[in-house]
Amino acid sequence: MSKGQTPSQTVGPFFAYGLTPQQYGYPLAGITSSDLRTPEIAGELIRIEGRVFDGKGDVVGDAMIEIWQADPQGRYAHPADSRGGNVAFPNIAFRGFGRCGTGTDAENRFVFETLKPGAVDDDQAPHVNVIVFMRGLLSHLYTRIYFADEAANAGDPVLQSVPAERRDTLIAAADDSSGVVVYRFDIHMQGDKETVFFDV
Amino acid sequence: MTFTPRDWRAHPPVIAPGYKSTRLRGATKPLIPIRQSLSELTGPVFGHDCLGPLDNDLTKNGRKEGEPLGERILVAGKVVDEAGRPQPNMLVEIWQANAAGRYVHKTDRHDAPLDPNFFGGGRCVSDDEGFYRFYSVKPGAYPWGNHENAWRPNHIHFSLFGPSIATRLVTQMYFPGDPLLALDPIFLATPEPARDRLVCAFDLSLTEADFALGYRFDIVLRGTLATPMEDKR
Ligand SMILES: [Fe+2]
Repeated sequence: MSKGQTPSQTVGPFFAYGLTPQQYGYPLAGITSSDLRTPEIAGELIRIEGRVFDGKGDVVGDAMIEIWQADPQGRYAHPADSRGGNVAFPNIAFRGFGRCGTGTDAENRFVFETLKPGAVDDDQAPHVNVIVFMRGLLSHLYTRIYFADEAANAGDPVLQSVPAERRDTLIAAADDSSGVVVYRFDIHMQGDKETVFFDV
Repeated sequence: MTFTPRDWRAHPPVIAPGYKSTRLRGATKPLIPIRQSLSELTGPVFGHDCLGPLDNDLTKNGRKEGEPLGERILVAGKVVDEAGRPQPNMLVEIWQANAAGRYVHKTDRHDAPLDPNFFGGGRCVSDDEGFYRFYSVKPGAYPWGNHENAWRPNHIHFSLFGPSIATRLVTQMYFPGDPLLALDPIFLATPEPARDRLVCAFDLSLTEADFALGYRFDIVLRGTLATPMEDKR
């Protein structure tokens, strides 16, 4: 075997019983889910939902979306974030990771129940990191969800690095008409509204 | 500290015309560079506590009334970064077809038998030296609709996180000597110099006498670069 990074390959159409077994009703315990909420919640409960569209505008029913986010105080549940040990705030059990396939919802949405993340540092506006997988995607893609109601978006270095006319593809607007605050974030793989993907 | 870039001399492009569904599903605009912040330097941590006792033994974790059919195999290897540093305590998730080339997945329509004693999904966590190990049966080849008489080579799907979301990897492991590799648009979408990294090696030293053939598959994740902390955050 030659040295160097192991190449990526597509997740394919049949990931569900291995990666999202509980969501799809397979008899294997899940290591994660699309519900990030924890019992000792301190923060704003939100729902993030959206759909994935291909280049023809058809909804993709076999995508898998992963999210990784900070807690409402802006801390990641990871050893590289030394602020995680600050027990003055709750959310100690908040893991910040979720995974959802688009094959179980009647409208092929991904739906995450979570907490609104806080700002991670002084520059960046609150955001959720997103990884996109699907049949027909040989290497996964990264994007970010920003929140339309955050004033800090104007100074966010990542948002500002994106051409102005494409920035909207990263911004989710809130809808609280159903009683819970829902941020809708559709992902367009191609076309006029093609989502911005990052070379992370 | 930052992670080395994704090496696009190793990873397939998101549009590879021979693999039809990439044409409408791959992004068309260039990826936008991003400075790695705490958001990219962190990722979910999964430890041994997330594992069930049979999670790494696919010959046992789907049994109902007996053993699954097929050629028993052991797949093992080391998770390392580009500098060869072992990656301990890393979650490795796998899924695969049964020996007949049929997935348990509800939407798999291939007319090959399901095996009541085989599920096909599992996971493990690498040990202190980065080693992981699975028991399974060799997955069968299966047809797919990409082109006339298209067949996927025997493969096992792998998913790893590594230390951060930047090191995330979803891939497929193939078997040596498979004639379908030369015809498979997914394998062939991989840049040629890196293709052999996707093919495991038969390993007699891993092979367990009277029990299972051993295959070695090492996995190389993105490494780290020490960077001067010009702005500390
Ligand atoms: Fe497959």
